[in-house]
Amino acid sequence: MAGISESKPPSPVSRNGQATSEGEPVSAAGLSSPTAAEALKRHEFLTGMRDTLPLLLGALPFALIYGAIAASSGLSMAAAIAMSAFVFAGSSQFIAVGLVAAQTPVAIIVLTTLIVNLRHMLYSATLLPYLKELPQRWRIPLAFWLTDETFAVTVHRFQRNDASPYQHWYQLGSSIAMYLNWQLWCFLGLLLGNRIPDAQGWGLDVAMPVTFIGMIIPFVRTLPVVVCVLTAGAASLLTLTLPYKLGIVVSAGAGIASGLLAQRLAATRDETCRQ
Amino acid sequence: MTTTEAWMIGGMMAVTFGIRYFLFAMADRIRLAPWLESSLKFIPPAVLTAITLPAVLLPKGDWHLSPSNPYLIAALVSLAAGILGRNLLLTIALGLAAFFAHRLLL
Repeated sequence: MAGISESKPPSPVSRNGQATSEGEPVSAAGLSSPTAAEALKRHEFLTGMRDTLPLLLGALPFALIYGAIAASSGLSMAAAIAMSAFVFAGSSQFIAVGLVAAQTPVAIIVLTTLIVNLRHMLYSATLLPYLKELPQRWRIPLAFWLTDETFAVTVHRFQRNDASPYQHWYQLGSSIAMYLNWQLWCFLGLLLGNRIPDAQGWGLDVAMPVTFIGMIIPFVRTLPVVVCVLTAGAASLLTLTLPYKLGIVVSAGAGIASGLLAQRLAATRDETCRQ
Repeated sequence: MTTTEAWMIGGMMAVTFGIRYFLFAMADRIRLAPWLESSLKFIPPAVLTAITLPAVLLPKGDWHLSPSNPYLIAALVSLAAGILGRNLLLTIALGLAAFFAHRLLL
């Protein structure tokens, strides 16, 4: 997997002093020693942060222009910072400051945010099987920090399906890295926004598609996923006229349906071949 | 911060967190049907593609299908880099570099 580390966790040492062998799934029972558990948590947390580093580069220009646009949109400095801190959803923040500049009513801005962020429900559905055993004190912050980037990185970690009981620490590491990075560059964008003429015209928004392409590639490993991606792409171009970016959710639905269909057809074909 | 701004941010926060947390909150009570569970793996590539393709082909809201579109060039470079190099940082860095090289040179 591109950019995702495959390094092994520090061998946890069980109470009788035997080190678990490398590559062997670490069971919860093997972590009876508190220090070994702590070491594994820290390892997951730091690996999550490290695997997110490339995506921080991708988010950086995006956050900078958010700050710059917010500074010129008529939004107060405090509100622009509060939006990053409490909403923490890049594309909807972008759209919101654009709507503020166009003096759109608050209700429309909130509704647009709802629709633009609907895709996050698909993300939480995907993570659900991995997080459902966690207490709410974990689920709440992990939900608050759920972004495209953290989702994409974390889902690869979870799909490795080893028995590490602390995979959620990986997601926490990725989440915090994304959050701090976003706050920092948004703030700098706000400070610089008034001083850099025409920050929007620089095209820094190219960072988003470029980052997302890097995030898509590792998922595309089987024919049904290829079908899914091609269909979602075609649908996204056919649904451009839908308001409020609804096209994203509709196109994703089309892609998912076609992927499922392709998977079923492939399964039926295999069955026929075997007979 | 004005009252209107506070309402806006409060509303945006409520809907965004609500969407992200809704399923997590009920995780104990939800059981996904098998076909739904097998559809989950298609979600990330489908959503990300649906966001990315229009951003590349219609960067300013209008179709721009030509080599003079720096977004398209950047996307093709990172696509090639990603497939060949399989390294996320390289994919992003080369895409950004291609974009700015295109803008400076052309």
